[in-house]
Amino acid sequence: MASAVVVARQFDDTDQQRRASDLGMWVFLATEVLFFGALFVAYTATRVHDPAAFEIASRLTNVTLGSINTGVLLTSSLVMALAVRSAKLGLRRASIVFMGATIVLGIAFLAIKGTEYWLDYAGHLVPAINFSHPGPHAGGVENFFYLYFFMTGVHSLHMLVGIVTVSVLLIMAARGDFTPWYFTPVELGGLYWHLIDIVWVFLYPLLYLVGRSS
Amino acid sequence: MSTLALPSRDNYLDNGFSLWSWLSSIDHKRIAILYAISITLFFFIGGAAATLMRLELITPTGDLVSAETYNKLFTMHGVIMVWFFLIPSIPSTFGNFLVPLMIGARDLAFPRLNLASWYLYVAGGLFTVGALIAGGVDTGWTFYTPFSTMFSNTHVIADAAGVFVVGFSSILTGLNFIVTIHKMRAPGMTWFRLPLFVWSMYATAIIFVLATPVLAMTLFLLAIERFAGVGVFDPALGGDPLLFQHLFWFYSHPAVYVMILPAMGVASEIITCFARRNVFAYRSMAFAVLAIAIIGFLVWGHHMFVSGQSIYAGMVFSILTFLVAIPSAIKVFNWTATLYKGSIRFDAPMLYLLGFVALFTIGGMTGLILASLALDVHLHDTYFVIAHFHYIMVGGAVMAFLGAVHFWWPKITGRLYSDRWARFAAIVVFVGFNLTFFPQFILGYLGMPRRYHEYPAQFQVLNVLSSAGASVLAIGYLLPLFYLYWSLRYGPRAGPNPWGAKGLEWQTSSPPPVDNFATIPIVTEAPYQYAPVESGHG
Repeated sequence: MASAVVVARQFDDTDQQRRASDLGMWVFLATEVLFFGALFVAYTATRVHDPAAFEIASRLTNVTLGSINTGVLLTSSLVMALAVRSAKLGLRRASIVFMGATIVLGIAFLAIKGTEYWLDYAGHLVPAINFSHPGPHAGGVENFFYLYFFMTGVHSLHMLVGIVTVSVLLIMAARGDFTPWYFTPVELGGLYWHLIDIVWVFLYPLLYLVGRSS
Repeated sequence: MSTLALPSRDNYLDNGFSLWSWLSSIDHKRIAILYAISITLFFFIGGAAATLMRLELITPTGDLVSAETYNKLFTMHGVIMVWFFLIPSIPSTFGNFLVPLMIGARDLAFPRLNLASWYLYVAGGLFTVGALIAGGVDTGWTFYTPFSTMFSNTHVIADAAGVFVVGFSSILTGLNFIVTIHKMRAPGMTWFRLPLFVWSMYATAIIFVLATPVLAMTLFLLAIERFAGVGVFDPALGGDPLLFQHLFWFYSHPAVYVMILPAMGVASEIITCFARRNVFAYRSMAFAVLAIAIIGFLVWGHHMFVSGQSIYAGMVFSILTFLVAIPSAIKVFNWTATLYKGSIRFDAPMLYLLGFVALFTIGGMTGLILASLALDVHLHDTYFVIAHFHYIMVGGAVMAFLGAVHFWWPKITGRLYSDRWARFAAIVVFVGFNLTFFPQFILGYLGMPRRYHEYPAQFQVLNVLSSAGASVLAIGYLLPLFYLYWSLRYGPRAGPNPWGAKGLEWQTSSPPPVDNFATIPIVTEAPYQYAPVESGHG
């Protein structure tokens, strides 16, 4: 048990170290918001150009798998929050179990997403590879799917990073690195996980639900 | 007061002499030096491209290089100077070196991230130099679509990748500065006791973290569009080229303030020191840098007045652009008021910074001309624009950078240089700069467009003047290499505070020890408390 917290030489004490790490993470999350922000702007501009195409195209997405995935991801955020809480209370076993569940749900999300990509491919919906769409607005539909793959692709990359991060945290927790006085990495990992989740909360309606209201 | 202090064995320069001890160092002072060497290298690569362009433009006909080569030269000049020199210049070298010293901290909050940011910078630089060696890029530093995605036959993706990667280096630096300034200030160092250089670094850091991600994603979209032939920027694919310009300038206009805000911070440090005066209206100076950073995010559309953007958007962006002149003018007035009744010494750093104030004022005022919708129609994409932004970026940012080099050189190296040579170089740079770029205002007003390797014969006289100025400027930039090298080898020891300056960085030894201070200082007063009446040498 490494119960004594190591203070890096540039900090005065553990408190300053923890608050610096927290702020650093929040600033990093701000940059992430702007990463995705550029994509949301591109989405909006393209949709304003050809709204009818976006209506048609979003009906071609797989809303069943998309909705299931939304549930999977929201649940993963819940268990991640529980993992952070457990670490804070010093419940080592519980935090390990909850982080394990987070990883499993994250992998499930990527597996479902992969299935969806495969079905999209079978449906000739992948721009630049096998895209074909009968009828009007073919160009706009292709642009929608370009953005769909780009945005969900970047999101999935973040999921991958999140899964690796939580796996490392799990190993650290199993080694007994965290105590009620030192659990900053778990907290920061949790923040990152929730951000990915929030991004999906915006992606899901914009990509899957837009054209289905009528 | 420069004769005391024998060289201390525990200063940061003596903490290991092998190459690896530098390449693996997480000491902010050493990383600053790594950055300083790399950006100097890129400055001279970018300068070489500019030299070839000025040589080509001596005659109206394209006799030295072909149109294609000329396109590649100005692209290379722009990409290297913007991303590999100007943006990291003051923040990554002096910001890195000075922020912890000025606020009384032992290092930045995240020293490893700091080193990582330098490696990212190098990786981005390798991509860019690779694209250059492979044959160059001809899109201009702005990468406008659809030319960059559809028509250009050059190495756009490799070059964009270089800019993409170097952007992460900016983001990490910005993140580090924000956290450090928030959380690591010494006891008593309240926000309104921060030196104005630290305020300018804070404002710069905000721009780094909020603007750079947008550029990264935009270049990513551009690369995929070019690679896969589908996308949202090319009108032939149902996309919108104006969208690219919006996204690009959402980063690249704030990036201009990344170049000038640090220069303003340097100006406040040096002018107070050499006028022996407290800065005039400290709080308004601090709020002005924040205002510039914030308003700077809202003016990007002034680059698209003639790109088919709606006239109402143009009007709003025009008004917002005029607004950003207000905090900029506050700074110029306050520097002037600081000089009033000061006991002014004209050492080399002060010469550079007085030059900075004058040239920045000209650059800023001509910016207002360009911000006017109707005038911009006439002046857009002419040499007037070139002259305007070189007055800001070279007359402003590079002059301040050189001033900073001369001001903090004794602190960084522990040695003095020849002030006579340094003052001579400062004057050569000032004269060469004006001779290079003032004629370009007139050329632009007369209608000479930018980015052509040929021009009508009636523009030759002004172009020859400009090229002559460029050669003077080149000498001015080369001179410091010699006398600063001399200073490193033979310069007398500087002692902790050769200028009698007030900042915390001057309270520790030169060069500073590894952990910056023997004991963390306790701050009891505002910065710049220079005694009001002094004979000059305190």
